Order: sequence, then C-alpha cells, then structure tokens
Amino acid sequence: MQTFGWPEAYFILRAASWTIALTAIAFVIGGLLGGVLAIMRLSRVKLLRRFAAGYILVIQSIPVLMVLFMSYYGLSAVGIELPPFLAASASLAIYVSAYLAEIWRGSIESVPRQQWEASASLALTRGQQYRYIILPQAARISLPPTVGFLVQLVKNTSIVQVVGFVDLMRAGMLVNNATYQAFQIFTLVGAIYFAICFPLSRLSRHLEKVMNASRSH
Amino acid sequence: MILNGVMLTIALSFVAIALGLVLATLMSALRSLAGSWAGYIVDAYVELMRNTPFLVQLFMIFFGLPQIGIRMDGLEASMLAMTLNLAAYATEIIRAGVDSIHKSQIEAGLALAMSRRQVFQYVVLQPAFARVWPALSSQFVLMMLASSICSFVSVQELSGTAAIIEQDTFRSFETYIVVTVIYLVLALSLKLFLNWLGRRIFPQVSGLARVTEAHGEAA
Repeated sequence: MQTFGWPEAYFILRAASWTIALTAIAFVIGGLLGGVLAIMRLSRVKLLRRFAAGYILVIQSIPVLMVLFMSYYGLSAVGIELPPFLAASASLAIYVSAYLAEIWRGSIESVPRQQWEASASLALTRGQQYRYIILPQAARISLPPTVGFLVQLVKNTSIVQVVGFVDLMRAGMLVNNATYQAFQIFTLVGAIYFAICFPLSRLSRHLEKVMNASRSH
Repeated sequence: MILNGVMLTIALSFVAIALGLVLATLMSALRSLAGSWAGYIVDAYVELMRNTPFLVQLFMIFFGLPQIGIRMDGLEASMLAMTLNLAAYATEIIRAGVDSIHKSQIEAGLALAMSRRQVFQYVVLQPAFARVWPALSSQFVLMMLASSICSFVSVQELSGTAAIIEQDTFRSFETYIVVTVIYLVLALSLKLFLNWLGRRIFPQVSGLARVTEAHGEAA
C-alpha cells in the first residue's frame, strides 16, 4: 500500500494552485456581473431593480452545491455538456455575483446623499456621477467586506471536486483513497486552506480598522 | 422520498443551530469571564474554523478521527461538524454584540451589587444577543444551506436524496430544479421564522440601533 509521503504532499500542494486559479476566475467574472447587478439594483428603472433583487434573493437562498449540480449534471441532461472547469467557474461566478452585488450596493448606498446632490447640481450625468464621484468613494468603503468575502469564496471552491475537477480538496481525497491516512492528509489540506484564508481575514480586519480610524477624523 | 430528505435537512439544521448556539454562548462566557488564556484558546478555535472549508472539517471528523479510534457514522459526523462550525461563527458574531455593550453599563451593574455572573447574563449577554440577532439569523440560514455538503458523507438529506433520485431516473434537470426550489422555500421560511422569533424574544430592542448585519459568510 502507498503511504503518505513527500510526493503525495507535493501533489496536494500543486493542486492548491488550481484552487487559487479557480478563486481568481470566479472572483473576476462574478465581480463584473456583481457590479452590473449592484448598479441595476439601484437603477431608477423599476424592472431592472426588481430583476436584480430577485436574482440576488434566489442565489443567496440556495446552496452553491445546487448551482453546481444544475450547471454540470442538469445542463448535460438537456444536451449542453460543460467541461468540469467551466461548470465549476461558472457556478462559483454566479454565487460570487449575488453576494458581491449586495456588498457593493451597501457600499454605494453608504456614500452620503449630498455627494449625489452636489454632483447633480454640477450638471453631471448619472454615468459621470457614478464614474467620478460615487464609485471611487464606494470602492474604498467596500474594500474590507470584499476581501472578507474572498475568504468565503476560497473555502467554497472546495465543493467543486464533486464534478471531478482536481482542486486542493480533490487532490486530498485522491491521496486519501490511495493511502487511507486521512488524519495527516486533511490536516495538510486544512493547513493549506488556512494559509490562504488567514492572511486575507487579517487583511480584511486591518483595512476595516484603518478606515474606521480615518473616518473619525 | 424528497420529504424524508427535507425532514433530515431541517433536523440537521435545527440540531446544529441549537447546540452550536449553546456552545457559542459558553465560549463567549469563557472569553469574557475566565482569564486571558481561555480567551486565546477560544480565539484560536474561532480563527481555525472560520479559515478552513466546512468540507475539510467534515472529512477530518468522518475520515480522520477513525484513525485515532473515534468512529462515527455520516449523520453523527455531519451533526458534529455543523455544530462546531456554527459555534465558531456564532461566537464571532456574539463577540461583536458583547463589544458593543458600553463599559459604563457594566460598571453600573456592578455598582448595583450584581455579581459578575449576573452582570454578564443580564447586562452584557442578553442585550448583545438582541443586537446581533439579525446577523445570527443570516448565519443560521447559511448553515442550513451548507448542510447540503453533508451529502458528501452519504447523509440522505435533501441534496443527497436528489443525487439518488437523479441516478434512478436520469432526470437530472427536473430533479435539481425541484430540489433547488425546495431549498429556496426552506431558506425564505427560515428567514421569516427567525425574524418573527427575534421580535418575540427581544421586543424591547426592536426600536434601538442594532449592530449592522454581517454580510454573508458561508461555511
């Protein structure tokens, strides 16, 4: 029987880069989508507002796992075969978009109302108001919760192994199937996740402190 | 069959929420009342649980513990993992509430000759709970959704049931649509129920400022 040694540990460590890649892709695509949704949520057009609100409510109220199952097994049943990596990143991007949309909507709303009024009185269009006045301020406010959410995303990538994509979690399971030394293996896997997530958590908390300090001046 | 899955999802979530909340309260008390060493241990535990995926925790309990002689079935492992996970998040949320209690309140309590335990219970913990109830509620909903992950250790809750039906019927799209809608209904009802419960338990604070709701933190 194979035992858990350096080659296996190296295999797991290498798979961690896939976890990071998946996180990055889901974050970028989900972020773009989430940004559009956040603006839609605050739009003056009722239909857009309703649509964005409904989308966010639904996605936040179902497990990510179900989104993943639907996009992998569900779509293949109706004839659309997505490769595991695409299904995984698409599902995670959908999940990310709903949560970031809410975080960013909150940030945009917390920009003081006077900023809108002042920029409107300078005859800026709504697009210009967003571009030059509101979004730069909202971006600063949204930084700590966005980094905090990144931690949630990294952890949630661990479920994509159900569609056969070899990420950090899947690599751990494969080694476990060969060696049956689950305790050591999942300690290592957990430690790698922790090594990715903990600095992000601290960064988020640090940013929050910095902002609170600068706001009280 | 789906109904059984629904019942199991509800039961799992209920047990995890109840036990997790008790554990979190104990840990918060330990953090506030015992010496700093207890605080460090609680903090380390909270950070450890919050920065590793739920799935890793579940596998550690289900596959890892038997290696050192502790064996349990999928259901027990799931309950334990969910409880431990929720307890860590709830401790962190309750901490925000406890921190929001003004120091003068505690001094006032002590001045009225209340014991340290009484002050903690009536002056700190109860108002703290009332303030963070919305944040706790969203964490409970997220935990219910995260219970879907327990199907990985062959627990026949809602998503586990879905996988079996799918294998038997090959109707994956229909199965997953139905199950997703059930999750949606479950999550929304749980949210409404918790809001109602919050208004029932803490009527006195509904008008006061509450600690802002933490953004979604899935397990």
